[in-house]
Amino acid sequence: MIDRRLFTHFDWFTFSLTAALTAIGLASVYSATHAQMPAIYKKEVYWIIIGLAGLAAAVTINYLLLERLAYALWGGAVILLVSVLFIGKTTAGARRWLNLGLFSLQPSELAKLALIIALAKYFTSRPVPSKGLALKDLALPAVFLLVPFLLVVKQPDLGTAIILWLIFWTMTLMVRVRTRTLVGIVAVFMALTPIAWKMLKGYQKARLMSFLDPAKDPLGTGYHVMQSKIAIGSGGIFGKGFTNGTQGNLMFLPEHHTDFIFAVYAEEWGLAGSMVLLSLFLILILNGFNAANDAKDRFGFLVAFGMTTMLFWHVAINLGMVSGMLPVVGVPLPFISYGGSFLVTAMIAAGLIINIKMRGFMF
Amino acid sequence: MSEYYPDKGPVEFKRRATVAVVIAWAAFSLLAARLWHLQAKEGGFYTDLSQSNSIRLIKAVAPRGIIFDRNGVKVADNRPSYDLFIIPEDVLNWDMTRAMLKGMAGLGADEIDEKIDNAKGRPPFQMIRLKEDLPWDEAVKIESYKYEIPGLILDVTPKRAYIYGPAFAHLIGHLGEINEKELKGLKKKGAGYSLGDMIGKYGLEKAREKELRGADGGKKIEVDARGRKIKLIKGAPPYPGLEIRLTVDLKTQLSAYAAMKDMAGAAVAIEPSTGRILAMVSSPAFDPNALSTGISSADWIKLVENPLDILNNRAIQGLYPPASTFKPIHAAAALEEKVITPATEIFSGPSLWFAKREYRDWKEGGHGIIKVHKAIVESSDTFFYQVGLKLGVEGLSIYAKNFGLGAKTGIELPNEKNGLVPSSAWKLKATGTRWYEGETISLAVGQGFMLATPLQLANAYAAIANGGTLYLPQTVEDVRAPDGAVLERFSPKALSRLKISAKNLEVVKEALTGVTHEEGGTALFLKASNLKIAGKTGTAQVTKLRERVKNIEKTAYKYRDHAWFAGYAPYDDPKIAVVVIVEHGGFGASAAAPVANAIFKAYLGEAAPNAGQTPPSQPSTIQAAAQKQTETYDTLSPRGEGWVRGIND
Repeated sequence: MIDRRLFTHFDWFTFSLTAALTAIGLASVYSATHAQMPAIYKKEVYWIIIGLAGLAAAVTINYLLLERLAYALWGGAVILLVSVLFIGKTTAGARRWLNLGLFSLQPSELAKLALIIALAKYFTSRPVPSKGLALKDLALPAVFLLVPFLLVVKQPDLGTAIILWLIFWTMTLMVRVRTRTLVGIVAVFMALTPIAWKMLKGYQKARLMSFLDPAKDPLGTGYHVMQSKIAIGSGGIFGKGFTNGTQGNLMFLPEHHTDFIFAVYAEEWGLAGSMVLLSLFLILILNGFNAANDAKDRFGFLVAFGMTTMLFWHVAINLGMVSGMLPVVGVPLPFISYGGSFLVTAMIAAGLIINIKMRGFMF
Repeated sequence: MSEYYPDKGPVEFKRRATVAVVIAWAAFSLLAARLWHLQAKEGGFYTDLSQSNSIRLIKAVAPRGIIFDRNGVKVADNRPSYDLFIIPEDVLNWDMTRAMLKGMAGLGADEIDEKIDNAKGRPPFQMIRLKEDLPWDEAVKIESYKYEIPGLILDVTPKRAYIYGPAFAHLIGHLGEINEKELKGLKKKGAGYSLGDMIGKYGLEKAREKELRGADGGKKIEVDARGRKIKLIKGAPPYPGLEIRLTVDLKTQLSAYAAMKDMAGAAVAIEPSTGRILAMVSSPAFDPNALSTGISSADWIKLVENPLDILNNRAIQGLYPPASTFKPIHAAAALEEKVITPATEIFSGPSLWFAKREYRDWKEGGHGIIKVHKAIVESSDTFFYQVGLKLGVEGLSIYAKNFGLGAKTGIELPNEKNGLVPSSAWKLKATGTRWYEGETISLAVGQGFMLATPLQLANAYAAIANGGTLYLPQTVEDVRAPDGAVLERFSPKALSRLKISAKNLEVVKEALTGVTHEEGGTALFLKASNLKIAGKTGTAQVTKLRERVKNIEKTAYKYRDHAWFAGYAPYDDPKIAVVVIVEHGGFGASAAAPVANAIFKAYLGEAAPNAGQTPPSQPSTIQAAAQKQTETYDTLSPRGEGWVRGIND
């Protein structure tokens, strides 16, 4: 099964990028938590090992196997999401985790991968008219999106829901949607949103918002972002130095080791560090798009593109939110934020990109 | 290219993938620009914020400089006080915090809001004082709950303690929280005050604010998001204020205060050889301890609107006609101008007719033919009417000014008044009418337009006593560092010489001795004290109608007259000059002289045992102790009917 050429053609470049980002992530989690929660970064090490195993598996597998199993994987992810509703672990008002004894799994993360693979399979197997997809062509993809989407919203996990939504539209638009169909869909959404919003009363809106995102800061929307901006801004050009950040260490910043980890990093490493991290992400993403372009088939293209897209949206939304440009939604930063399931997901995504990139040349 | 074939490469995606690359570049450029903005452009701003976020400055208030009397007895000290502060930014649950404050410190929501509202201009995370001087049980309660209510801080700060309470009220003054106007003025000078600071508001506390204040220290504490202390970053200990040694003699001051108790007026005692103030009392007095610890606005209004004008320091701000206490000055002027000689005999009858008006003498039968000596001893009015007319208004006013009347003495206490020495030019300018000679008659006996503060008069008498030198009245002898090292010593400062020859001054002094030692003297009873007191009584009319005719009414308006005594002792080597005025006290001899006698006795007499030299040990018993002092001195200096031989002027 394991091809020898895997070793000779191994994509060290993408792997190095992944390794560098993961190392930065571990260091940041250590800095953010070593004082108050020393158990966290040790756990992160275990997750990195699991993630590396996932990466290795994703690299070695023949991705054509994924194409064959695409719908089954999607079905499995949905089953896990449903089971979370019943036997899931509740933390901070959200039921997102499956307790697997040694560790907890967040099936919504796997759902992102499953959605990408299912869409890739569907768009590969279905002939796409040259004018683009018509409404009827979008029916099944819509099911692929909406089933996990609604299950995730129910948890609730607004961040993952948004990511699923963005993955769906990015991939669908890449495959091409008929202009008429697209205009129609956009028009319907634009017409529906204000009506639906108006029908709600003020407290219902507030309730809806808090239902969608209960982890949102209870002290007021501004607090999170303000603290985050203070942390980032006070880092200045060269930062306060590793583990010397005050905002994160003194717990001014909630979620400082998960969604807001970048603020801790930027406070300690300054603008210089921010630019290094930003560059690594940009190279990773451009490299991902390159891998997709070089893929030898449509499925490979769509999987590599979908995985890259997922990483891109995570980075863009997370950094946009942490730097105060976007509203606060729970979207972690790939490889950097603490959180096992998403780390493994991101590693698998990186592994698949490596896989496709390698096989683009190999065969 | 219409259909997709699985084996075909994804060429149709290439162009669209380029769009994705462009979008990625755009998104990352935007993020980079945003981070540059936050970290490079606004980095300093956020650095400041991050520091105020996690660093709390807790002010360590400097203990104010201790004030001693001339013998080194403490009269103003500091005591610890538990103050409750709030940092609104650290409060997590306002409802709970309010409920706790209500329950534990009796603070209503309105009160809290008002305090926070008043501190609007403060930098973020600066503490706001909610309540001063918490009782022990409240302090304990709050301290034990402090982890449940982030944002509340209990701190021990030094608080001013005026050991003798109201006895030093007008002289030392009191403190108060700095107001916005003061803050603005001081900020310009860069004195480093901030809202909530205590500042001298009155008396020496105000005049010597700079020395007494000291330098506040501070603790820089790093806290976490819940306001819990993580570590002390830097602590600068407060530097206590400089110590001040007054020129005032505690025993004399206390006896003056006690003797003036229940009366309105003032008493000033000066050391003639130096101009140093030995005692200064204005009555009624306020309690500086109460005023310095957050007086309620209702109590404040009550104090301000008190008809007796408690906050007025009558010793330097009270303006009274000097009345007969002016006669010695008049006499000196007349002798110097050679209007009279010591031997000049003038018939001084029961009244003087001038311009068809009768100007009466206080003594119904008159004094007969007398010389200047007897005129002062018996306080003859008709004698001085006649001399005054010869001397004229200008002569009188020049000499009055020469004795320091009509101008500030220059004492360092705030808001000293000028007084008034009239002249014909002044009258024309002030009222538009010319000077009438009848007014000279009033002026001749210190009535009419003439107004003087008790301090001015005391200084004039001190000059008479010391042979003719007017000194700057001083209240502070030296300023010392907290370790006792003398930093600045204030040596006596002569301001001017009286334009009176030694010979003529001697005539006046002998007459003043006569007042208290010769038959017919208006304060003869003071002879009994054996303190060699010399002096002059006076009765100042305060009727608002300046009826020149009625200046010397004997019995009418009795209740309206102010009683004066001005003198010094011992007459052969003056150690203390005293001026006392008792408002509405009636006659000088009966109301003011006994007070002066008590002061002389306290300073010159044998030290009464335990005469206030031991300050009370417990601050809480200050009031009681002061009360006790008062009673002690009451018995020491009786003012009885038997003293007075029905004499007045």
